[in-house]
Amino acid sequence: MNAVAGGVPIEVLLVEDSADDAALTRRALDQGKVRNRVHHVTSGVEALARLRRQGRFADAPPPDLILLDLNLPGMDGRELLRIIKADERLRHIPVVVVTGSEVDADVLSSYQQHANAYVKKPIATKEFLEAVNSIEQFWLQIVRLP
Amino acid sequence: MPDTLPVPIEILLVEDNPGDARLTREALRDAKVRNNLYVVPDGVEALAFLQRQGKHAAAPKPDLILLDLNLPKKDGREVLEEIKQNDEFRHIPVVILTTSQAEKDIIESYRLRANAFVTKPVDLEQFLKVVRSIEHFWLEIVKLSRI
Repeated sequence: MNAVAGGVPIEVLLVEDSADDAALTRRALDQGKVRNRVHHVTSGVEALARLRRQGRFADAPPPDLILLDLNLPGMDGRELLRIIKADERLRHIPVVVVTGSEVDADVLSSYQQHANAYVKKPIATKEFLEAVNSIEQFWLQIVRLP
Repeated sequence: MPDTLPVPIEILLVEDNPGDARLTREALRDAKVRNNLYVVPDGVEALAFLQRQGKHAAAPKPDLILLDLNLPKKDGREVLEEIKQNDEFRHIPVVILTTSQAEKDIIESYRLRANAFVTKPVDLEQFLKVVRSIEHFWLEIVKLSRI
């Protein structure tokens, strides 16, 4: 287990264009047991620039975990997932898809493109927070991240 | 949260240690979500199960695979690689469940497309907690692709 409550914080990259969903996700992760820092970007292009440390992201720490919405402006989450998982330097980073879509084709193709997990965003706030809590409990407390 | 599915979730556990297999079964028996657990003791049999060969002719397609790394005959790394290179199986989440905590095993497993890497605690209570946590996340929170 990642029993590092006081250790190095886990860097979480949140790729989410909805300000409300981002705020809720941050709130749930702030309340998690394991110290973490959430880096929020709102588009696929910005996420990729950050992952590749381009421009203003030259000093950005590499994320330990990526939470990825599928429906994003410009380069969408499906495209970004494909790029991350085809990149030798990035593909080991776990990507949890967190999306409003529960279309079977999105679920299947996300797993085929090597998404590490697929979580449908609940609409109700309370359930949304519970889902993020569960992501925190599993990925930050139980899983060994690379 | 996903709806409670009418059809039980089929879980394949690839584990050569009977004690760990028994504990995993106990922890999953109390799960909120109905599930069937199938246990195979080595990598060759895991692939036979997936391909429905021999005595596994009637095996269901698993919705989730829990895979130990250190296995007889064919080890977990090879099994993982074969699953994730096979178009028919690669969408199935594979959670590595191993005593190893070596950085090398962790990074190699993620590179081979493991969905998650979990170290088995030695302590009994912690072991059960970890399996319940896997159950909670993968059976109650995650949306699995069931084709």
